[in-house]
Amino acid sequence: MKVLIMGCGRVGGRLAGLLDSDGHSVTILDTDSYAFRRLPPEFHGTALVANGLDEESLRKAGIEGTQVFIALTQGDNRNILAAQLAKHIFNVPRVVCRIYDPLRQGIFATLGIETFSPTTIFAEMLRQQVEGRS
Amino acid sequence: MYVVVVGGGRVGYYLTKALLEQGHEVALVEKTASVCEAINEELGSVCIRGDGSEVAVLSDIGAERADMLVAVTGDDEDNLVACQLAKHRFEVPRTIARVLNPTNEVLFKKLGIDVTVNSTNIIMENIEIEVPTHLLTHLLTFRDRGLEIVEVRVPPDSPVAGKLVKEMSLPAGTMLTLIIRKGARPFVPSNETVLQPDDQVIAAAPAEAEAALRSALGVSEP
Repeated sequence: MKVLIMGCGRVGGRLAGLLDSDGHSVTILDTDSYAFRRLPPEFHGTALVANGLDEESLRKAGIEGTQVFIALTQGDNRNILAAQLAKHIFNVPRVVCRIYDPLRQGIFATLGIETFSPTTIFAEMLRQQVEGRS
Repeated sequence: MYVVVVGGGRVGYYLTKALLEQGHEVALVEKTASVCEAINEELGSVCIRGDGSEVAVLSDIGAERADMLVAVTGDDEDNLVACQLAKHRFEVPRTIARVLNPTNEVLFKKLGIDVTVNSTNIIMENIEIEVPTHLLTHLLTFRDRGLEIVEVRVPPDSPVAGKLVKEMSLPAGTMLTLIIRKGARPFVPSNETVLQPDDQVIAAAPAEAEAALRSALGVSEP
């Protein structure tokens, strides 16, 4: 499967490594080449310096023909913009978008992009741990 | 009218000022505390400190009763999200976004933002009009119709100079609507009009016919 990940933070870098070792064709973008230190040494996908916030940079990153696009930058709005470009301009079949703000996540979930909020997920997970439920 | 302005930079500040002078009710949302204070000192308490792409902030200022939301921050993504929230969460009837990256306009339109204002294109167009070496000038664009009103000056060495309008091979859908000639009143050309060097021709043309129109009038690429 051809996967394009935007944002090589801890999550992006780790996910890129996992998908790559599972045999997928992975391209990862970041605006800072120093971020690519987070990729595992055995990563044989493509790491590109690009911002992914306009058609041109996504096209150069090879978004055409990509099956999955995942937006994982630190900025909720940046993720939302890029995810909507991927979905509505490039018709990528599967678009996943991280949105920290739970309220914003709720709204964009209803607008047709697959969203998840680490805030909600971790808070719930920690609550269960603290309360001793599983 | 109640207008919400997102982004208290130069554009947001002057827009807010102008709207207040016209008697509108305005709420300006700005992230930076110091900018917010400075604006409130000058314009009265009109600026609310906060992130205009946060539901809670928009809710606090009563975005659901706004007639219009105008997002003019310096970041396309923030303007897009503010407008989308206004539209889908608060049902604001009209949303206007500033777009800095010209290629993003297509996406904004597709996502239902009512009006996009692209400062880069506006500056380009204004400069084009002022720079006389440009022989074809865009005067007006009807984006939803794919139609442009352009001005072309007939170069002295143009093959159409001295020819009848009906002898020209104009691209399909193009109409010459007005000729402005030195020492004469502007007039509507007919098929029998003879074009002269230095005529300013105002034409309505499909956006994609620009290159063909240029060559039909003997205007070289700028």
